[in-house]
Amino acid sequence: MALTRKDVEHVAKLARLALTDQEKENFTGQLDNILGYIEKLKELDTKDSRINAHPFSNKTVWREDEARRSDLKEAILANSPEREEDFFKVKKVMD
Amino acid sequence: MDVTTLSAAEIARKIKKKDLSASEVAKSFLQKTKSTNPKLNAYLCVREEIVLRSAKELDDRIAKGESAGDLAGVPIAIKDNICVQKTKTTCSSKILENFVAPYDATVIRKLKQAGALLIGKTNLDEFAMGSSTENSAFGVTKNPWDTSRVPGGSSGGSASAVAARLAPLALGSDTGGSIRQPASFCGIVGLKPTYGRVSRFGLVAFASSLDQIGPFSINAEDSALLLKVISGKDPLDSTSSDRPVPDYPVELKKPLSGLKIGLPKEYFVKELDETINDKIRDAVRIYEKLGAQVKDISLPHTAYAVAVYYILAPSEASANLARYDGVRYGHRSREAANLIEMYEKSRDEGFGPEVKRRIMLGTYSLSSGYYDAYYSKAQKVRTIIREEFNQAFKEVDAILTPTVPTPAFKIGEKSSDPLQMYLSDIFTISCNLAGIPGISVPCGFTKESLPVGFQILGKPFDESTLLSMTYHYQSQTSWHERIPSVK
Repeated sequence: MALTRKDVEHVAKLARLALTDQEKENFTGQLDNILGYIEKLKELDTKDSRINAHPFSNKTVWREDEARRSDLKEAILANSPEREEDFFKVKKVMD
Repeated sequence: MDVTTLSAAEIARKIKKKDLSASEVAKSFLQKTKSTNPKLNAYLCVREEIVLRSAKELDDRIAKGESAGDLAGVPIAIKDNICVQKTKTTCSSKILENFVAPYDATVIRKLKQAGALLIGKTNLDEFAMGSSTENSAFGVTKNPWDTSRVPGGSSGGSASAVAARLAPLALGSDTGGSIRQPASFCGIVGLKPTYGRVSRFGLVAFASSLDQIGPFSINAEDSALLLKVISGKDPLDSTSSDRPVPDYPVELKKPLSGLKIGLPKEYFVKELDETINDKIRDAVRIYEKLGAQVKDISLPHTAYAVAVYYILAPSEASANLARYDGVRYGHRSREAANLIEMYEKSRDEGFGPEVKRRIMLGTYSLSSGYYDAYYSKAQKVRTIIREEFNQAFKEVDAILTPTVPTPAFKIGEKSSDPLQMYLSDIFTISCNLAGIPGISVPCGFTKESLPVGFQILGKPFDESTLLSMTYHYQSQTSWHERIPSVK
């Protein structure tokens, strides 16, 4: 099952990456090569194997839902590419 | 006395005894960094003023008889994917080129409490994705033993800095070998702790189920000292463990007699460099002399680890890196006509080729129609690999292997073939998949004077055995005392 350029374009859209033609070309071959290598997992019978979220712990970690003070607002906003007062400014979201 | 050749423990002892001031230490390392870093590109930024100021404050406190921390006056280099407040944290990516961390990672908070001097931020493969530091947006780091070669990666800057004695200690992060492989290439000690031993809060996430922060050092004692400082439960990282933190610098010295060491036959394969094989066998003989029992074991699913890793790590990365969209921080494209284009173009302009490749691979593995064939399948094989280690640790206390199949390769040698680069992680990846601790220990040099390392894998939360094995090996050998003359 070979990966096509169309597959690459579809995945790039899902990943929100505006790839150039050259990048699409490169990734089609490279990803196909890597996926070909990964095919070897199909040799293994995994029907009795389980999926674990954490290697050593199977309990959910809870914490109290408490309000805490934070004085990071200015430091966080200072990293924004564009701001207006205390808001992150972006292009229009809805028409 | 050249202060830069001292170990971290020696520096800390001398400062406590007032044989040496923190300011003298800081100045010595800053001076050496100034002359040597341009040849290596190990540091991306050096915090000269802050370090000198902190050293002065520390000296004043010590003069007043106030207690100094375990790492008082010890310089440490920090991989640039760990947040240090008010300092740039770039992950060696254009997308974070101007990002200033608003807060300290938990490990940084602990280092500051212990009195460590955070000398600078070190280069890495972009977002820790790579095995050579060639994927940095800010230039490759050089191996101090041979500057035409890579230092390994992704924590190449930290490894190069410690090997060249631009700091006696460094922090790295290890997702598939990113501490152990560069430690091996640079001839120093590198430890990946058990998953959950060290808080990941403030470490920029790559693959959250595999990432772990750990120490680089010259010897076992220094790693023990640093690991003790950074370990422990953190309410800000729900995956961190509440198991008590052992007193590693004390545990270090427990004797090895009766210890059972396993040699897995799947790690001694034909792709393994002959000199490396010989050096590992020499190390095994030293352990036998120290009273350990050595036996052959088998970990039959080792050959599947790279395939599992290159599904799981990119899948997690594709989700973790979705946050870089040009909205709240990082690079924003000026070319976009609308919001969606802003996301797509900011990401295309900001990420380098390897990061894009992995985001693509991960997005594909998780996409509709492929999830079961790739992601679920890989997770199930991961469980098989973990159970295989559990079984092995019923027979042996530790597993000894080569860290990497070859010594440090030339800059540019593997960068055109992603799959070949991935396969260089073949011996380090299983450790992350199983969540167990692993350490790389220098054990000799090739004919070309390139360092060789062996790896020890241990039971979950048994870093003590890895450190004591390293300590006793280093008491019998002097490989770790060699210092490169950087040309």
